[in-house]
Amino acid sequence: MTDQAVEREVGKARLRKEDARLITGQTNWTDNISVAGLLHMAILRSPMAHARVERVDVSPALGRPGVVAAFSGRDLAEGLGSLPCAWPVTEDMVLPDHPPLAVDEVRHAGDPVAVVVARDRYAAADALEAVEVDYEPLPPVLDLEAALAEDAPLVHADKGTNRAYVWPLKTGEDYGSVKQRADVVVKRRYEQQRLIPNAMEPRAVVVTPLAASGEYTVYSATQIPHILRIMLSVVTGVPEHKLRVVAPDVGGGFGSKLQVYGEEALALAVARKLGRPVKWTESRSEGYLATHHGRGMIQDIELAATSEGRLLGLKVDLLADMGAYLMLVTPGIPILGAFMYPAIYKMDAYEFNCTGVFTTRTPTDAYRGAGRPEATYAIERAMDELAAEVGLDPVEVRRRNWIRHEEFPYTSIAGLTYDSGNYEAATDKALALFGYDDLRAEQAKRNERGDTVRLGIGVSTYTEMCGLAPSRVLRDLRYSAGGWEAASIRMLPTGKVEVVTGTSPHGQGHVTSWSQIAADVLGVPFEDVEVVHGDTKVAPQGMDTYGSRSLVVGGAAVHRAAEKVVDKARKVAAHLLEASEDDLEFRDGVFSVKGSPEARKTIQELAFEAFTSHDVPEGMEPTLNAEHVLDPENFSYPHGTHLCAVEVDTETGRTGIRSYVCVDDVGRVVNPMIVEGQVHGGLAQGIAQALYEEAVYDTEGNLVSGTMADYLVPSAPDLPEFVTDRTETPAASNPLGVKGVGEAGTIASTPAVVNAIVDALRPLGVHDVRMPCTPERVWEAARSAQSSGAARKEGSA
Amino acid sequence: MTHISVTVDGTAYEDEVEPRLLLVHYLRDRLGLTGTPIGCDTSNCGACTVELDGVSVKSCTVLAVQADGSEVTTVQGLAPDGEWTPLQRAFHERHALQCGYCTPGMLMAARDLLRENPHPSPEEVRRALEGNLCRCTGYQNIVRAVLSAAEESDGSGATGERSAASAQEVTA
Repeated sequence: MTDQAVEREVGKARLRKEDARLITGQTNWTDNISVAGLLHMAILRSPMAHARVERVDVSPALGRPGVVAAFSGRDLAEGLGSLPCAWPVTEDMVLPDHPPLAVDEVRHAGDPVAVVVARDRYAAADALEAVEVDYEPLPPVLDLEAALAEDAPLVHADKGTNRAYVWPLKTGEDYGSVKQRADVVVKRRYEQQRLIPNAMEPRAVVVTPLAASGEYTVYSATQIPHILRIMLSVVTGVPEHKLRVVAPDVGGGFGSKLQVYGEEALALAVARKLGRPVKWTESRSEGYLATHHGRGMIQDIELAATSEGRLLGLKVDLLADMGAYLMLVTPGIPILGAFMYPAIYKMDAYEFNCTGVFTTRTPTDAYRGAGRPEATYAIERAMDELAAEVGLDPVEVRRRNWIRHEEFPYTSIAGLTYDSGNYEAATDKALALFGYDDLRAEQAKRNERGDTVRLGIGVSTYTEMCGLAPSRVLRDLRYSAGGWEAASIRMLPTGKVEVVTGTSPHGQGHVTSWSQIAADVLGVPFEDVEVVHGDTKVAPQGMDTYGSRSLVVGGAAVHRAAEKVVDKARKVAAHLLEASEDDLEFRDGVFSVKGSPEARKTIQELAFEAFTSHDVPEGMEPTLNAEHVLDPENFSYPHGTHLCAVEVDTETGRTGIRSYVCVDDVGRVVNPMIVEGQVHGGLAQGIAQALYEEAVYDTEGNLVSGTMADYLVPSAPDLPEFVTDRTETPAASNPLGVKGVGEAGTIASTPAVVNAIVDALRPLGVHDVRMPCTPERVWEAARSAQSSGAARKEGSA
Repeated sequence: MTHISVTVDGTAYEDEVEPRLLLVHYLRDRLGLTGTPIGCDTSNCGACTVELDGVSVKSCTVLAVQADGSEVTTVQGLAPDGEWTPLQRAFHERHALQCGYCTPGMLMAARDLLRENPHPSPEEVRRALEGNLCRCTGYQNIVRAVLSAAEESDGSGATGERSAASAQEVTA
C-alpha cells in the first residue's frame, strides 16, 4: 500500500485493456464457438419480394449426406410466437404477425421459409438446394406514397392497410398562423436512402441445451443479451430463468445487433427440438437480406422565417419505410427523430407528422443515430437553403437562431430540456481550425474565374438526444421497457475489484473506461479493476448498449455503485479506527482520521475486514459490495459544429473531401483516445451515407446491392483525414458530467458533406443532390441546372 | 478427399480435405485457428487475410488444397513468444481497433505493405489497405498505426514514442 497520490484516471488516454486479445487472435466471436455434437443450421430464404407460399417440402433435403433435420415454417409454428415489437408508438398501430419462419406468405426477399440442420456448414448449405418450395407471386409494395393509395396491393392483406401508424406532434403556436406572418417559406423534400449497417462481424448464434434440466445457453452476436433473454423467453416459451444469454466478443453492431432476430429464436427452437447444440452464422450476402436496414424515409420539411433569417416555425412530414414487419423498435426510430428536427434553434411553432409504411423490403430498425441523423440532415440542409434564400452566410443564419449559452437549461420547442451547451464556443473553435474565412475567400475567387472544379463549404451545427433514456419518458412514448442501467462493484478479499455492468460493449471499450471510473472513485489502481459484462449469468441485470447510452447511464451507474462501496468502507473504517465517520478523510483509496494521519486504513484492507467480517459494525452485512441501478433524469445532449470542404469537378461529377473539421462537445471525457475513435468512426459512417452507400432495390423488390461487392462500404482511400477537437461543457444531468458520443459523428457529418456539395454547385443553380452523391448524380445535378438556365449571376447571394 | 500437408504458424499438419474446402474454413473449423475471422463472401472485406508463403492472401479466396506444401502465417502466429510485433504494438498504442474484427486482416495486410514498402506515405498506406474494410475506426488511427510501426521498424523507436505522445495530446 502506498501513500503516493493516485493520479486521476478519468480524462486520461488509457490504452485499452480489450486490445491484447484482439490483436493476437485470441478472440471469442460467436462463430468461433464449437462444442461436441454441434449441428449447423442453414436457412432457405425467399427469392421473391412477395409471394404466397403454396408448398414447402423439406423431405428431399433429409436424405442428403450429413443432414440431421429439416423444418418448414409449419413444422415449427407450434411453440414459436411472433417476433416482438417493443415500441407500439400509437394505441392503434398496426402490428402484423411476424413468424420467425414464414408459414403462408413471404414479404421480402430473404424472408426465411425453411431450415436445414446438418453436421457441418457445407452439408447444410448443400441440402438447402434440395428443399422444394412453390411460390405464387404477389405484387411487391415498394413506393411509399403509392403504398398508401386506396387500391394499393397490401403487404399484410389481413390488416387492410399499408399504413402502420400516424404519429403527430404539435407544439408551440399554430404553425399555420405563424406561417402567415413569415417573409420566407422554404419547402424541401429530402430522401433518406436505405442503408445496410455492415458491422464487420456477421451475425451468428449458438444454442447449447442442457436437456435434463431444460436449460439453454444462447450465445449470440448481439448488442442486447439482457433484452434478448426476456424476448426469447416470450417467443419460444422457454422460461426466462432457464435461459442464459451470452454476448461473447461482438464485432460491431451500429444498431443492427439491437434486435431480436428470427434466427436466434429458430436456433433455440431447433436445439430444443433435437436436444443438440446448434449454430447458425450468416454469410454477408445473407445478412444484407436478413439483418435489418437503417434510414429509409421521405422527408417533407418546411421552414417559415423572417427576411432576416429568423425562424418562426417548422413543419415536418415523414413517410417512414418500415419494411415488411415491425421489429424490436422499428416504429420508434422516426419518433426518436421527431424531437430533433428543431435541433439547436429557437422558434415559435413546430408541427411534425410521421406515417409508418409497410413495404416488401427487409425491415428497417436502428442504425447508428436512429432517427436523429435523418432529422439533423433535414434541418441542417434546410437551414442552408434558408441562408441562401435570405442571402446570409450559412453560419450566420445559424447564429441568429441558435440557443445562446447563457440560455441553458433551455426547453426546446419539441419539449426537451437541453441541460447544457455552448454552440458559440464550439462553432468559433471549428471556424478557426477550418480556416473558414480563407476558404470562403478562395471560393469567391474561384467562382469568379469560373473554375470547373468548384470549392464547396458545408456546415452542420447539431445536437442530439441520447443516453436512452429516462424510464418515465419512455413510458410516455409508449416504449415497453425502462431506460435504466445497472452496475455492481465487488471488492474482492485481496483488494482487487470486479465491476459488473449491464452494458454490452461491442467495440466501445467499456472495460477500459469503466475501469477508469471505478479506479477514481475507489482510489485503486486502474490495473486492479476487471469489468464483467455480456452474460446474463454473471451480469444478470442490464438494458444493454445502444443509443449512446452506455457511458451516460451505465458508466454513471458504475460511479454511483463505487460511491456506495466507499460509503460502506467508511463505516468499517470509522469502526476500526474508533473515530466518527465525520472525522474521516478519504483520499486516493485511504481513510485517515483528520489531524492524525497515522490512523489510517486502505480500502483494500477494509475489503478484507468486510470479507472476514470478524470486526465490523454491529448489524452490518459482510463484504464490500454494492449495486446501483440508475434511471437517468434526462437525456444527454452532445452538440458540435462540423465543417467540410469539398472539391467538386463539375465536368466529371467527382467529389473529393478536401478537409473535414469537427468540434464536438460531449461533456466531460473519460478517455479522450476512445472518444476520438468514436468520432472518427461516426464520421466515416455519416460521410458514407452522403457519398457512397445505398441499399438499391429493383422494381420487383430484389435487393440489387445484395453483396459487399455491390454496396460501397468505404475503404481507407475513400475517406479523408479528419481534424477533431472538443469543447467541454459538462452535462448537468449525471454525476460524471458526460454526454454520449457514439452516434454524434454520424449525426453531424452527413449534412455537412451534402451542404458542401450543394454549396459548390449553388452558383450553377443547384439546390439539392440526392444521396448518395455519386459522381453521376452530382454531374447530372450540375448539368441539368445549367441546361435549365437556373444559374444565378456569379457572386450574387 | 485430397491429402494436404500445410504448415500453419510453425506447426505442420497433414489432412484429408474436400477439394472445395476454403482455406479459411480449414483454418477455423478443422485446425481450430479461429483468430482469422470471416467478414464477407465476396472477398471484399479482407478480415480473413493471412500470409501464404510470405504473401498476403484473402483466405476465403484460396482453397485449402492450394495451400498444400505451403506455409501459412495467421495473426495467431505473429507473436509466437508472446512479444508483439511493432505493428501489433502500434495498433494498440494508436487505438487502431475498436471491435477488432477487421484487425487480424489489417495486421496481415499492413505487414505485407511494410515488407514491400518500408517507408510508405499516408496515401500509400490508405491505398495498400484498400482491400481491408473497417466499420469502426474511419481508418485514421489505422493509418497512424501503420506509419508509426514503419518508423519504429526503422530503429527510430524514440520518434515513435514521441509521436505517440503527441497523438494523445491532440485528443486530450
